[in-house]
Amino acid sequence: MGVYLVQFLTGLASASALFLAASGLSIIFGVTRVVNFAHGSFYMLGAYFGFSFVQMVGGGAIGFWVALLLAAVAVGLVGLLVELVILRRLYKAPELFQLIATFGVILIVQDAALWAWGAEDLLGPRAPGLTGIVRIMGTPMPVYDLVLIAVGPLVLLALWLLFNRTRWGVLVRAATEDREMVGALGVNQSLLFTGVFVLGSMLAGLGGAIQLPKGGADLLMDFGILAEVFVVTVVGGMGSIFGAFLAAVLISQLNTFGILIWPGGTLVLMFILMAVILIVRPTGLLGRPETVGHKAAAGFEQALRPAGPHYKLFVGGLLACLAAAPVFVDEFQLVLITDIMVLALFATSLHFLMSTGGLVSFGHAAFYGGGAYTAALLVTYAASPFELALLLAPLGAGMLALVIGWFCVRLSGVYFAMLTLAFAQVAWSVAFQWSEVTNGDDGLLGIWPSLWASGTQVFYYLALVFCVGGIFLIRRVVFAPFGYGLRATRDSTLRAAAIGIDIKRQQLMAFVFAGAMAGLAGGLFAFSKGSVFPDEMSIPRSFDALLMVLLGGVESLSGPFVGAAAFTYLHDELITFEYWRLLVGSTIVALVLLFPQGLAGAAKHHLGRFLKLEADPEAAAPSPRRKAREA
Amino acid sequence: MLSVEKIHSYYGQAHILSDVSLALAPGEIVVLIGRNGAGKSTTIKSIMGMVKVTEGQIRFGGDDLMGEPPHRIAQRGIGYVPEERRVFTRLTVLENLEAGRQPARGGAPHWQAEDLFALFPNLAEARHRLAGTLSGGEQQMLTIARTLMGNPGCILLDEPSEGLAPVVVEQIIEVIKQIKTQGLPILLSEQNLYFASLVSDRAYVIETGRIRFSGTMQELQENAEIRRQYLAV
Repeated sequence: MGVYLVQFLTGLASASALFLAASGLSIIFGVTRVVNFAHGSFYMLGAYFGFSFVQMVGGGAIGFWVALLLAAVAVGLVGLLVELVILRRLYKAPELFQLIATFGVILIVQDAALWAWGAEDLLGPRAPGLTGIVRIMGTPMPVYDLVLIAVGPLVLLALWLLFNRTRWGVLVRAATEDREMVGALGVNQSLLFTGVFVLGSMLAGLGGAIQLPKGGADLLMDFGILAEVFVVTVVGGMGSIFGAFLAAVLISQLNTFGILIWPGGTLVLMFILMAVILIVRPTGLLGRPETVGHKAAAGFEQALRPAGPHYKLFVGGLLACLAAAPVFVDEFQLVLITDIMVLALFATSLHFLMSTGGLVSFGHAAFYGGGAYTAALLVTYAASPFELALLLAPLGAGMLALVIGWFCVRLSGVYFAMLTLAFAQVAWSVAFQWSEVTNGDDGLLGIWPSLWASGTQVFYYLALVFCVGGIFLIRRVVFAPFGYGLRATRDSTLRAAAIGIDIKRQQLMAFVFAGAMAGLAGGLFAFSKGSVFPDEMSIPRSFDALLMVLLGGVESLSGPFVGAAAFTYLHDELITFEYWRLLVGSTIVALVLLFPQGLAGAAKHHLGRFLKLEADPEAAAPSPRRKAREA
Repeated sequence: MLSVEKIHSYYGQAHILSDVSLALAPGEIVVLIGRNGAGKSTTIKSIMGMVKVTEGQIRFGGDDLMGEPPHRIAQRGIGYVPEERRVFTRLTVLENLEAGRQPARGGAPHWQAEDLFALFPNLAEARHRLAGTLSGGEQQMLTIARTLMGNPGCILLDEPSEGLAPVVVEQIIEVIKQIKTQGLPILLSEQNLYFASLVSDRAYVIETGRIRFSGTMQELQENAEIRRQYLAV
């Protein structure tokens, strides 16, 4: 009995740090509507700062706690910097830009921490006076855990007082509901946003600092906590502090007890729980429906148009160059171009889902990886020929998308995005943990094409045909009645439903189609590299796709190709540096701030109307955002 | 004291207001009247800085309001009562008033929560209730009270009678008259000519984003042609 009680208390103790981080994310999202991907990085920084401050301030009991508070303040200052320099300029931009920018911050913080504290894991200092062990019904338990159990509810109480007993708290709650109205009543929203962001960052920092004696500090903490924090905020209900607390306890208990029952599957358990809760209560345990009306400003206001004559010439020229490329370039460059084409197809499929479907997926790599694994598993276990495996790759990915999409299309906006991320994480953990079948982290090797297609040149042409064919198919669908219907559901769900479009079915079909196309790209990738690893399904890979779409510009159909090329180039150029994450992260942030329409979008802005790249230059009037910047 | 001169406003790329001019003098109630979609709310939102105004001039007292963000415009003393009420449903009545509170302003009446509870007895009884649980009429009262907590020097009142029962509309008329006795000028947007005629001194008739008529309320009452052309349903 004592074992279970202690296990339960351990769960409560680990819930505290999780709750602190999650409440911070939740508060920030509630007011600013920004899902801060860098929140895990703030948590990690809290641990590192705490480690350093404990060393500096000294070992006394008071010094230890002062050091932890100082760490929270320091992280608050980092949050202040991020808000002032980056996010403040992006509040009116589409969600995607904020996400990508905060993803850039993750990379920057990773390298900053590597530079400042080194690659070695740091062993956390122990809390002076609290290093002992108590016995609860005979089972030992660290005293510090009892302190942690108290911290969660104490912070919850402090936050409750802040939000219910101060004017600032009232304004924050009002802004969570209707921030435009708060502004119209004379409250400076910028100050409110900054304050909220700093508070949220401090909570994450404190969370990272108080877990030091238990977990120490390491460079993998950021992504580790991020997934858990997402689950907690989504399960608890975005913007609800009590919900975050409840969910943190629930998830921590699931983890501590789940490890007794199914040691390898805790991650899967966690995400299954999240999926079930979101299907039953789409806004989370204590969450409320999103305020309707704000979300519409997703920023895809410019209609896509069929290609004009000049654009067709341009594409024809590009295709001719690609077809002739093997004559001019060496083998290494040919492989590089193959990679770009495969990634372009992957990015185009995501772009289709986002721009035409209005569905921002954070987990699109699940289908890219799904296609790659379909092909690899067929070759490995069914000794399937290359041709069949390649053709079945999109089918397998499409079926995966059908299952995942069936759950996801019930939600919209941020919840849709987070659920796709959650399912992609499940897919990743299955590939990672089910090593009897997938060979885990060692991957599946020897996935080569048939002899006739194994030459670099032949495979290049094969990839060219499939990628260009896939991209044209996607473009064809955009301008087919199905595409028009999809755009109608994107622009006005209610009106589309009123004219007889089955919204969920339409969105599910788009999801499956995009998944199948990503799967085709994944299949090509598997055969071009001869191997598949779980990395192809991971969150960073999903972000690669988002980044390519962003680089290319969300509003242009040819964008993903430009994005894939730019991405591959950047990746190859920067990866040779020791601090390449810092460079990539800074580049991402700079790009988002400088070119909110992406590279192709920016190029089109400056050259497009001049070169008549679109069918109807009259109608391609500048978007208001662009106009505002010109003014 | 409030003057709008030849403004042009846009929603995205759609040109909504053309050449709209109007003025509001101390102590008067002016109605902006027109059909659904004529541009009434857009005019009010343009003054508040919530809609992009590309040309023209908006001045209040000595201040130029063009290009200012909404919170600055509110701080200058323009009180905005939005259409569809927009109370903070998850805050109590008192907390809603707190959210509207701004420092006292010279030359404008100073309101405390208790003054407003005297003006709106229904709200006094509901002060600790969540605003989301109030009736439509009570919410309309609350949104007016919330704006008054900002001690404005003039009020923009956007379609206050919309969707309310006649008995509630009568209460709102009383409130508007009360506010007028404090010398606060009000720009009222309204579709209902009868309601407007009970409280307004002057009227502007707006249709498809242009001012079609301006004159005293009596002149509008007597001009059957304007009424038929722009106000008849």
